[in-house]
Amino acid sequence: MSHAAGPAAVHHGAPTGFIRKYIFSMDHKVIGIQYWFLALAAVFVGMALSLYMRLRLAWPNDHFPLVAGEGPMTPETYLSLLTMHGTIMVFFVLTTAPQGGFGNSFLPIQIGAADMAFPFLNMMSFWITLLAFGVIIAAFFVTGGAPLGGWTGYPPLSALRSVPGQERGMDLWIISIALFCVAALLGALNFIATTIDLRTKGMTFMRMPLTCWAWFITAILGLLAFGVLLAGGILLLMDRIAGTSFFIPGGLVVNEQVVSHKGGSPLLWQHLFWFFGHPEVYIAILPGMGATSQILSTFARKPIFGYRAMVYAISGIGVLGFLVWGHHMFISGMSPYSAIAFSVLTLSIGVPSAIKTFNWIGTMWKGNIRFDSPMLYAIGFVSLFVSGGLSGIFLGQPSLDLYLHDTYFVVAHFHLVMGVAAIFGMFAGTVFWFPKMFGRMMSEGLSKLHFWITFLGVYAIFMPMHYIGIAGHMRRYADTSGVDYLQPMQPVHVFISIAAIITISAQLIFVLNVFWSMFRGKKASMNPWECTTLEWTVPSPPPHDNFGGKFPVVYHGPYEYSVPGAAKDYIMQDSPEKGAHA
Amino acid sequence: MALLLALAITGITLVSTYFFAAKTWWLPPYISEYGDAYDKHFMLTMWICGIIFVAAQLSLAYTVFRYRRHSGRSEYSHGNNKLEALWTSAAAVLFLGLVIAGTHIWTQAHLQAAPPGALQIEVWGQQFTWYVRYPGPDGLFGRTRPEMMKESIGQPLGIDPDDPAGKDDLVMPIIAVPVNRPVEVILRSKDVIHSFYVRELRLKQDAVPGLENRLHFTASQVGRYEMPCAELCGLGHYQMRTFLQVMSEPDFEKWLVDSATP
Repeated sequence: MSHAAGPAAVHHGAPTGFIRKYIFSMDHKVIGIQYWFLALAAVFVGMALSLYMRLRLAWPNDHFPLVAGEGPMTPETYLSLLTMHGTIMVFFVLTTAPQGGFGNSFLPIQIGAADMAFPFLNMMSFWITLLAFGVIIAAFFVTGGAPLGGWTGYPPLSALRSVPGQERGMDLWIISIALFCVAALLGALNFIATTIDLRTKGMTFMRMPLTCWAWFITAILGLLAFGVLLAGGILLLMDRIAGTSFFIPGGLVVNEQVVSHKGGSPLLWQHLFWFFGHPEVYIAILPGMGATSQILSTFARKPIFGYRAMVYAISGIGVLGFLVWGHHMFISGMSPYSAIAFSVLTLSIGVPSAIKTFNWIGTMWKGNIRFDSPMLYAIGFVSLFVSGGLSGIFLGQPSLDLYLHDTYFVVAHFHLVMGVAAIFGMFAGTVFWFPKMFGRMMSEGLSKLHFWITFLGVYAIFMPMHYIGIAGHMRRYADTSGVDYLQPMQPVHVFISIAAIITISAQLIFVLNVFWSMFRGKKASMNPWECTTLEWTVPSPPPHDNFGGKFPVVYHGPYEYSVPGAAKDYIMQDSPEKGAHA
Repeated sequence: MALLLALAITGITLVSTYFFAAKTWWLPPYISEYGDAYDKHFMLTMWICGIIFVAAQLSLAYTVFRYRRHSGRSEYSHGNNKLEALWTSAAAVLFLGLVIAGTHIWTQAHLQAAPPGALQIEVWGQQFTWYVRYPGPDGLFGRTRPEMMKESIGQPLGIDPDDPAGKDDLVMPIIAVPVNRPVEVILRSKDVIHSFYVRELRLKQDAVPGLENRLHFTASQVGRYEMPCAELCGLGHYQMRTFLQVMSEPDFEKWLVDSATP
């Protein structure tokens, strides 16, 4: 292994003392683990909320402990759970773990850098994100409780103080989102600067692991999207506390009182929100795609099929992701002509998505597949991504959206494709990188048990939602009592809820596995999966500056597996050994 | 493990597909002019996505089983540009063809105006009920004034008593329409966003405060159809419902007269 002089930028010495080392750390690896633990905490809050929602949906007249009030859960409590579930999952799980967690932990090492470009900024990103999480949790405990307007926060419902259930909790919701945006912007800048400036000698863009490509494109999406949401959030807060009318039109009547706002537009918020909201979907899923590509190639012992096509597909999804927000608004009253443009662009995203799916299967084709648990989760990701993606072909067409919009068909779609597929990407990433993050292996038995229950469980939960969606079951309904034609669908709710209870309970296996393995797991070697990228050339866990003050030189692309004539069935990126494809 | 995974993926695929094919839970029969085209295009999309779904999942299952761990080495290949170009263009043609093939339904519903002579009605959403206004014999809607909107005194829509066009306006809690006659709905909201949704019409449209969103349809079957609110509007959202009552022309005329008589 030879070394080059490192790229300039990062000069911070190894910290001494517990607080600088583990709490206010500027080390990207520690910050990555902090983000990861934050997401783990958040996912359990979010999941607990969904558990209560499922209980109410299946057994609306029962009393459940721990939620406010006597007797059955009120519909406003249900809507608060729904709002907080969506918000916490989208921001503090799906945005936090894949990018903040794994991206922070491994982007610098995979490109051969000692740290992120701006370590102090990196530390700030995490702490502001944590503050945002504290603020959103506080919304449960203030007067009026958590907001009930859904994670999309559509005004006027979200903008009027006089609407029941939209009191201080709603203010805190906006403040939390705004803080989150600030943190995400700082993080995005850092990721972009790091990727562009800190690649080591020989690490050209086209030799970057697909994980790095995914984090890089995700950061660009974040930079362009979160600024818009931040602006929207501030305007919404102004409408609520400063008497402005950005989103509130004139002549509204609430409780027989005329609202003293005029001149605003509810659709303006929808445009701003979805200009952020649609790229956000890709912010959640792209890192999972990157991890899946990396893992499929490693465990199939085969180079990625069509590396360049994968890079173009990620970039194409990134660009198109900004041009399709209107498909969330087909029936909102926006121009019906623009709906046609948005629908053509939306269906175009199916093309790079199809390329990725083909290439994942192509990567395994004629491979030599090892079924270690990271591979199981990655294969699960591919299956879930296909299942969740295809329903987008329905919803992207305004003609079909006329019926399907805001039904459970939509709930099924986005939960499969950006929810559980992305979470399978996180599971895969966790098991795969755990040895590098914590120096120990996760229990293979517990991982497999967890995989099987979860994989079957999420299909049992979300597949039936397509059926009741097709039958016209609206989403965001606290129960089915108000509509006659929903009555025959109640047994489906009971089935889904039972599946959800089992699947959610099985997540305790994952947590047990994490904490047991962290302290008692088998010690990890430097490269337990025989993977080629740079994080596997350093000890597990890596030292403070990753490469011991020297920097690796890269000679190969990231996925040189089963190279004919090579000594082993893989060639490390920094190995001077000549490969067939150097 | 490979066999188990392949079987699991195959099993999930077959069970999921069965329930789509069995149509245990499905769209109700349609009653509007969009229905036939809608259901055909829905089924076309279902077939295409269904075939892709089954083919993709089964090839995933086959691949993981066929190429499970063996003693040899993997094939060393970085891909195949011809195949890549083939499936890229196939996906592009298929998806774009599909969206273009279905656009006529959208065009008919939203780019074409309501037929001349359509019965105009206003549908108003408010937390958590619907009000429907008929223009009366003069065919004109009277001015509404927000400060006069008081349900407590029987004036939910605040029709201005000084406007002669409003004298004969009729405000009802359900939507009654005559069968086989075009209807144009003007959607308005008093407070937050609601959404008009009648499954049998294959139509949904938000009622947005400050906007007058329009939609039009001709109902072809006499009957009573539920109309639940389809956009989250607050704590009573799940019980915000009215009915679309499709009547024969004489019944409708009689209903109008009876309803107008105090």
